[in-house]
Amino acid sequence: MSTILIIEQILNGLQSGIMLFLMAAGLTLIFGVMGLINLAHGSLYMIGAFAAAAVAGLTGSFVLALIAAMAAAAIAGVLVEMLVIRRLYATDHLDQVLATFALILIFSEGTRWVFGSFPLFLDIPDYLSGPVTLPGGIQYPFYRLVLICVGLLVAAGLGLLITRTRIGIQIRAGENDREMIAALGVDISKLYTLVFALGAALAGLAGALVGAIQSVQVGMGEPVLILAFVVIVIGGIGSIKGALIGALLVGLTDTLGGVFLPQLFKLFMEPSAAQSSGSALASMAIYILMGAVLIWRPTGLFGARP
Amino acid sequence: MIRERTLNGLVLVLLLAVPLWAMFNDQPFTITLATRAVIFALAAVGLNIALGLGGLVSLGHAAFFGIGGYAMGILAHHAQTYTPVMELPFLIEGTKSMPVIWLVAMVTSGIAAFLIGILSLRTAGVYFIMITLAFGQMFYFFSISWAAYGGEDGLLIYVRNDFPGLNTLVPINFFAICFTILCLVLLLNGLLARSPFGLALNAARQAPQRVQTVGLDPQRLKLVAFVISGVITGLAGALFADLNRFVSPTMFSWQMSGEIMIFIILGGNARLCGPVVGAVVFVMLEHFLGGLSEYWHIYLGALLLLVVLFARGGLVGLIAGREVAHD
Amino acid sequence: MKLKSLILSTALAALASGASAEGVKVGMITTLSGGGAGLGIDVRDGFMLAIGQSDRTDIEVVIEDDLRKPDVAVQLADKMIQSEKVDVMTGIIWSNLAMAVIPSATAQGKFYLSPNAGPSALAGKGCHKNYFNVAWQNDNLHEAAGAYAKGTGYKNSFILAPNYPAGQDALTGYKRMYDGELAGEIFTKLGQTDYAAEIAQIRASGADSVFFFLPGGMGISFLKQYADSGVDLPVVGPAFSFDQGILQAVGDAALGVVNTSQWNKDIDNATNAAFVETFQAEYGRLPSLYASQGFDTANLLISALEIAHPDDADAFRTALEAANFDSTRGDFEFGPNHHPIQDIYAREVIKEGDVYTNKIIGVALENHSDAYAVDCSF
Repeated sequence: MSTILIIEQILNGLQSGIMLFLMAAGLTLIFGVMGLINLAHGSLYMIGAFAAAAVAGLTGSFVLALIAAMAAAAIAGVLVEMLVIRRLYATDHLDQVLATFALILIFSEGTRWVFGSFPLFLDIPDYLSGPVTLPGGIQYPFYRLVLICVGLLVAAGLGLLITRTRIGIQIRAGENDREMIAALGVDISKLYTLVFALGAALAGLAGALVGAIQSVQVGMGEPVLILAFVVIVIGGIGSIKGALIGALLVGLTDTLGGVFLPQLFKLFMEPSAAQSSGSALASMAIYILMGAVLIWRPTGLFGARP
Repeated sequence: MIRERTLNGLVLVLLLAVPLWAMFNDQPFTITLATRAVIFALAAVGLNIALGLGGLVSLGHAAFFGIGGYAMGILAHHAQTYTPVMELPFLIEGTKSMPVIWLVAMVTSGIAAFLIGILSLRTAGVYFIMITLAFGQMFYFFSISWAAYGGEDGLLIYVRNDFPGLNTLVPINFFAICFTILCLVLLLNGLLARSPFGLALNAARQAPQRVQTVGLDPQRLKLVAFVISGVITGLAGALFADLNRFVSPTMFSWQMSGEIMIFIILGGNARLCGPVVGAVVFVMLEHFLGGLSEYWHIYLGALLLLVVLFARGGLVGLIAGREVAHD
Repeated sequence: MKLKSLILSTALAALASGASAEGVKVGMITTLSGGGAGLGIDVRDGFMLAIGQSDRTDIEVVIEDDLRKPDVAVQLADKMIQSEKVDVMTGIIWSNLAMAVIPSATAQGKFYLSPNAGPSALAGKGCHKNYFNVAWQNDNLHEAAGAYAKGTGYKNSFILAPNYPAGQDALTGYKRMYDGELAGEIFTKLGQTDYAAEIAQIRASGADSVFFFLPGGMGISFLKQYADSGVDLPVVGPAFSFDQGILQAVGDAALGVVNTSQWNKDIDNATNAAFVETFQAEYGRLPSLYASQGFDTANLLISALEIAHPDDADAFRTALEAANFDSTRGDFEFGPNHHPIQDIYAREVIKEGDVYTNKIIGVALENHSDAYAVDCSF
């Protein structure tokens, strides 16, 4: 277990965390501002990936594909918000769960109807592919470094948006007290639609960026959705900073746990048993982490204190 | 608009009548479908005690469903391979007797519910939802890697377990067992809701501070409700495994938890027969919509959406109107 | 959940050609929706192509979607046996669903012809005289990969598969035929999509080759990430990650990878050539190995029906065992446990024009049966 390997794994953990952050940021905004549990967020991720694959296939341009992904997801988000979600603000979480679950069904089968049952092709462009040599002799894929940068930029951008702009003030106020800002003259429905579209666009961007190095297929959003929920719960609902920290924690735990737990078990078990027990524990690791955080801080690391 | 009690009676009568009709018309598959609906209804009734009465939105109830299923699977597996479950510190043999298996399933689910409840009830709201989900996922990943009992492949039980006095392989017999259990549990649920415990729980859901000032502990009330809820869902899990003669980690999945919750929401939250109506309608939709098109999930989703948007209070709410305090 | 009921029978047109005047009902339970639907769709399409091409009008095929859920599959099997009263069953793709359905179906006297899943339990101790597997035993393609690695001179392989029974079987199968050292052995998480950590370990391990079994989306993710990482070790794997449906999604990242399969579109015989051509004409895409398996299963069934009806169980079984049909793989033969004895080829991923496909580069295992046949007795 060399230092180089350890550093490379830490980088991997950071990168997977940052990608998770893009999903979680949108989700935490939507939940924080609108109080809405949106199970369909994973479908928006999928729509972004499929739109990117379609546009990349037609035009060959990765940048266009990314823009298309964000646009498609945002449009889908706006449509969903106007047609369905609007009626759910006043209802309780249960109805939102059912309605957004129904949306997952519709989006998944709808995508399969339009694009077919086989996975689609989406690849990273040549100018972003291949490894680079980092100081210390570490070979690391260039694209993953790009992802880390993009994610950090988005985090910074969101942070600025929330703290320095008018919209940001409205969003923060809305998280605190919805009725009050409506009473103060802010157009709530426009704000909600904007927040939903923003969250959707982030999810679509994540879908396209990650789809390029993974597979673009129906149902790709659900596992990420669960992880994103875990992240915002750990970080605290409504907090972008919490989403970032939570995402990094989850990414690191997942990656490093998967690598080092089997090694740990090999110390006192024979190799194949250590392998399977180690990876079993590694897959449960994030949930154990979330459980532990919630028991220590019942509203997450940076969530509102009760 | 008919009274809720009448609706409840009607639903149960129909649920009994259809399999009987199927039996006389040699349609064993309809009986199997009905049994599946009854078992799902039982699982949902269990969740409803925590959810409807206690206001605890648990997205991890599949944990108990799976525990009940695996309790049955492990005991029956050891019985059919003639090996003991455990030899030290004391001997535990497998068994294929349903009552024993049910007892074990209920006790283990109860213990699990107690432990999960104690930890989860420290949180509230969406955090509670997520931590229950986390526990469900932990069981799911654990069962996938538990190679001794099949892992992802699951456990096959060759013959349905024994119930004293009945040949359980005959579909209508097994249906009768499940239906009787459902009716007993519904009766229990109704009594519970009207009992002092149930009233206190209802109050704790709506105004916890007031309950505290009266001298009761809302956390304890919720914990008890959660445990009872886990026990019932665990029993449903054992029956489900018996129906399919098969246990697998999908019984622990979050999709399963979501489905159980959907039965309740579809039928009507906090209504006595809401879960039953929801489960029956869902199983029927699953069965019949499949004939419409290869993409029938779209229709299912659209239908569910319509119910949520326009039928507040679920199907029972639509038919029987708003909840009445005293019927 | 009835999807389609293809009725190719009219009561009048029951021409006898050794078969009885009664029609035959086939129950196909397969995965037609969700993430793994491509495999089920291919099997179904291959099967129905063969049924359509035969001149029999008395075969009715009932097709249902199992949603990749074991409890749904069990329910559908009950329905097919109790309600539809099928004579023969087929279709299941996944081993866990197969284990849930097949033992009880065969115990009730139905014949089961598997076009894909070949769990070891059903090849060995749990074998049944009514169960036939037309594709392979699960370990076969992995064993062939191990044999290829040994034959090519790989001495230090890094192997990985997901942590579930089929994954564990895959690594066991590879190790059975491969005789070198293992630079590393990893069980990944089922459904995992990010393999950066594993690839880093491969890079650091000093291996000379990589073997992986990662079906579906997992394999696509791994291949793309591996190709991008700069780790240039040769890769070998079973066809499950390199079939026609998946290759288009992976693209250049798969080029040059060697994979093992019992079928490829360039196997040189008349049946295969006709199959590839008619499949492409009918469905507008190249067939995968799953489609060929469905096609062969249907033709096996038809050949047996020429001799006996399933109601005459012993005669029908003997006819199935004889396997007297034209297979896309050339000569076809069953072993004593009703699993095929066949050649398994090594193929390489190439690009033909715009399409990614496979080309045979050698034979990895000749006349290979399986490791579990010795345990089977019925």
